[in-house]
Amino acid sequence: MTTTFCYPSPPYKPVDMSRLSEAPAPVKSPAQAGDAVIEVRDVRYAIGGRPIFDGLDITARRGRITAFMGPSGTGKTTLLRLITGQSHAESGSVKVFGREVSSMSSAELFALRRRMGMLFQNGALLTDLDVYENVAFPLRAHTKLPEPLVRQLVLTKLHAVGLRGAATLMPAELSGGMARRVALARAIVMDPEILIYDEPFVGLDPISMGVICRLIKQMNEALGITSIVVSHDVQELASIADDSFLLSGGKVVASGTPEELARSTLPEVKQFMTGLADGPVAFHYPAKDYQSDLLDDAGEAP
Amino acid sequence: MKAVVDSLPVVALRRIGSISLFFAQILARIGPSLAKPGLIVKQIYNAGARSLVIVMLSGMFVGMVLGLLGFDVFQRFGSEDYVGVLAALGNLKVLGPVLTALLFAGRAGTSLTSEIGLMKSTEQLTAMQMMAVDPVRYVVVPRFLGGFIAMPLLAATFTLVALYGAQLIGVQQMGVDTGAYWSQTQNAVSLHDVWEGVVKSLVFGVAVSLVAVYEGYHSEPTPEGVGLATTRTVVVSSVLVLLLNYLLTAAFLKTH
Repeated sequence: MTTTFCYPSPPYKPVDMSRLSEAPAPVKSPAQAGDAVIEVRDVRYAIGGRPIFDGLDITARRGRITAFMGPSGTGKTTLLRLITGQSHAESGSVKVFGREVSSMSSAELFALRRRMGMLFQNGALLTDLDVYENVAFPLRAHTKLPEPLVRQLVLTKLHAVGLRGAATLMPAELSGGMARRVALARAIVMDPEILIYDEPFVGLDPISMGVICRLIKQMNEALGITSIVVSHDVQELASIADDSFLLSGGKVVASGTPEELARSTLPEVKQFMTGLADGPVAFHYPAKDYQSDLLDDAGEAP
Repeated sequence: MKAVVDSLPVVALRRIGSISLFFAQILARIGPSLAKPGLIVKQIYNAGARSLVIVMLSGMFVGMVLGLLGFDVFQRFGSEDYVGVLAALGNLKVLGPVLTALLFAGRAGTSLTSEIGLMKSTEQLTAMQMMAVDPVRYVVVPRFLGGFIAMPLLAATFTLVALYGAQLIGVQQMGVDTGAYWSQTQNAVSLHDVWEGVVKSLVFGVAVSLVAVYEGYHSEPTPEGVGLATTRTVVVSSVLVLLLNYLLTAAFLKTH
């Protein structure tokens, strides 16, 4: 195995996350651990006539880190849109906390989203607010907490991601990794039960990547948050994920622990896990026969 | 079939329908948005105070040109005293609201569109939805209200400065008698004329602000998309202002 950037166990001194909130005991409580929180069954979905999902089945369990992997364009982000109710499947069922997302009213959908946090690819911090106000934003929108309490919550979450000192900076002054950490603090400020990470590793340097990796693991272990990570960074995922699903061609081609995927002999899985240029996912974009294309003497551009 | 669906009148109709629906969405959320007046004040500052210099500067030049033009025309009939009347009526009824609206579209409208478009392309609007916050209520309505409130104030400022500019040329430079200049103006201008300007600037305020926030909110979330939306804001709102100006002028003439 090549170097991983994530160290799930010690060399760092863990932040005391139990002080973060009075939320339910930060453990994977045995009564609930393992319950299916997100269930996707036989989902079909197409964009502009191009099928994205063709009978997709996925289950994410409470208190675990579930990874969705797959080559670019396999609809990983679309899957997140289905789970969060931003789009609806043409057929099949998407259930979150046991309830069908597509049949929710917009008020119910908003209520559901308050139980979810989402980390966007580039953080999606509000550019006209500073770091502190960005993290405070969900609190101000949904609660009438007194200012001292807001301050306490915001600063503890910022401290948890190591950016308490950056509270007065504007988003434009942050590096990519810092912006994502601030977004993570914002995503957990309402104590969500599910935390969704959309491509959290894209475009980060190795150090920032390691930090984000560590934080994902920490959030999951200390707060007991069910985590969904969408990414194609195999090694990072392997070091943190409990379960993983490999998507390709609109279906799950393989699922299991990262080790099981790494041992898989299925050509699709092998190609993805080891990064081969050619395989079931072809290197060449579909084209007519090479020889006849070269010898085509019509003299016109194809 | 596709040809019909994509033909110009159908596309135009669909657009008008979509803008109207968006307007209805905004109106429905104005009440709840008033609970956070800070956001609206900030947008009045953004749309209004930041357009003030360009509006005053333009008002000065337009007023001065009216002074010159009026003097040139009325001198031919030996009635230079009427320079003030032309300047006052021209500014109050037409030039003040229209030119302010056009400047407003270029200065504040484009910045609204690009700001909202940028928020969309960087997923800030989606992030709000994911935080169970309605982006129309939080982002769009305060900006719309800010523009709607700022526009009549800017038009009034424009008109005031333009009247001063016309007087500067007519009286100070061309030597029209001060008393004659102002008494002719006072006799000719009625409250009806002032109302025409006020109503126009309110209507233009709605039109320009609505087009600007609509284009931003519905822009393609890409750099090209935001650029195109900004261009469309200027084109659509300018044409709309000139069209509405004609209709309103005709309507006010009838009720006179």
